[in-house]
Amino acid sequence: MDKYVCSMCGYIYDPKQGDMDNGIPPGTKFEDFPDDWKCPGCGASKEKFKKMRT
Amino acid sequence: MKPIEIAKDIYDVGVNDWNIRDFHGYSTYQGTSYNAFLIVDEKIALIDTVKKEFSDQLLENIAKIVDPKKIDYVISNHTEMDHSGSLPRVMHKIGEDKPLYCSKMGLKNLSRHFSQKWNYHGIANGEELSLGKRTLTFLETRMLHWPDNMFTYVKEDKILFSSDAFGQHYAGYEKFDDQIGDSIMPHAKKYFANILLLYSPLILKLLEKVTELGLEIDMICPDHGIIWRKDPGKIINAYAKWSSQAPEKKAVVVYDTMWHSTEAMAEAIAQGIVDEGVIARPIHIRSSHRSEIMTEVLDAAAVIVGSPTINNQLFPTVSDFLTYMKGLKPKNKIGAAFGSYGWSGESVKLINQELEAMKFDIIDPGVKIQYIPDQDGINACYELGKKIGKAIKG
Ligand SMILES: Cc1cc2nc3c(=O)[nH]c(=O)nc-3n(C[C@H](O)[C@H](O)[C@H](O)COP(=O)(O)O)c2cc1C
Ligand SMILES: [Fe+2]
Ligand SMILES: [Fe+2]
Repeated sequence: MDKYVCSMCGYIYDPKQGDMDNGIPPGTKFEDFPDDWKCPGCGASKEKFKKMRT
Repeated sequence: MKPIEIAKDIYDVGVNDWNIRDFHGYSTYQGTSYNAFLIVDEKIALIDTVKKEFSDQLLENIAKIVDPKKIDYVISNHTEMDHSGSLPRVMHKIGEDKPLYCSKMGLKNLSRHFSQKWNYHGIANGEELSLGKRTLTFLETRMLHWPDNMFTYVKEDKILFSSDAFGQHYAGYEKFDDQIGDSIMPHAKKYFANILLLYSPLILKLLEKVTELGLEIDMICPDHGIIWRKDPGKIINAYAKWSSQAPEKKAVVVYDTMWHSTEAMAEAIAQGIVDEGVIARPIHIRSSHRSEIMTEVLDAAAVIVGSPTINNQLFPTVSDFLTYMKGLKPKNKIGAAFGSYGWSGESVKLINQELEAMKFDIIDPGVKIQYIPDQDGINACYELGKKIGKAIKG
């Protein structure tokens, strides 16, 4: 499962952790978010996210 | 304004903008200041700059202390142009190759505003920079209120350079909390309500983090307004309170009106609320600036919104207010709508839709009255006010 970073604000989504503050349970893949999903950090759209190199 | 030594060898070299009354759409009836800080140690660092039109004043202020060319490092805590606007002049003056420290998002954002060729150093969160006797620690405060924001902390002096956080739009010769007293608090509150409210959850986390890190703070230097040195805990506690969004026993009745019918309704509603022993205030939108209204909304338990119907729509200033309020994401609010109409009467429904989208607790379908409210209509409004007052009392 890949981590993704928002190129607009730097918010990092880690699927292992999820983001319960924003209602995303651990284990949820970034790829499974709906297309109209918005960055919980700044509101940018999903295509602004980049896969993080590990 | 001449430079002020705020601690040994640390100066505020910023400027007062006495005459600004509209700061990107925020009403600044007592102007504002752009604070910038010069630390003179074995190495010399400048923390933030000022708005572009004040570049000369900034450089003159610096020159009263040291030759600007001697500056070794520039720190940019925030990309917004009220603090970065003088960077081009400063970098030109001190040497374009001087290191410019900022957050990683700052690096991206500054490059979108200014030269991409500057000697940027995008810090890692928590990174330190030694000036000799003093150490700067950079702490990212992402999305407070831009992606690039960071704090710079000087552990030896226990001073936090907090960028926009804890700031207030106020221009004055007083530069410290002990010189101005409590009259600064409404400005701090207004700043929070209009710039930071939507980031309340992040602020609560940040305050926890500061406690966790055991950061000792003797002085908070924001980039606008006065410096907190007598009691930095006061503004920190105020931020904790405002970001918790625990409402006061208070309501605001915000409306606009064409022929005073919606206005009469607003006053009857406010009267009903007050008669329940709750503070209430009717606010006519076109007589108040939206940033003032938001300041009242911040700690209100209920926001009651009224509009006449015009061309099947809301009165435009009511939409303006609702759009503005929605973006600032107020929480824990009771809501209700009211309005006078002539024939189609869409306004109450439209307001309710907006309040629902903001997750307000809509405790009544609202009151709509055709043309001029008669006594029954006024009574209905008054009763709505009583219902709201009771709900606030809990
Ligand atoms: C208080 C404030 C809030 C902002 N909020 C957002 C935002 O939510 N999303 C965004 O993309 N940009 C936001 N911005 C950034 C502005 O859109 C950006 O600075 C833009 O370049 C301003 O354009 P202008 O020069 O035409 O005013 C915000 C700026 C300010 C001052
Ligand atoms: Fe800002
Ligand atoms: Fe600012």
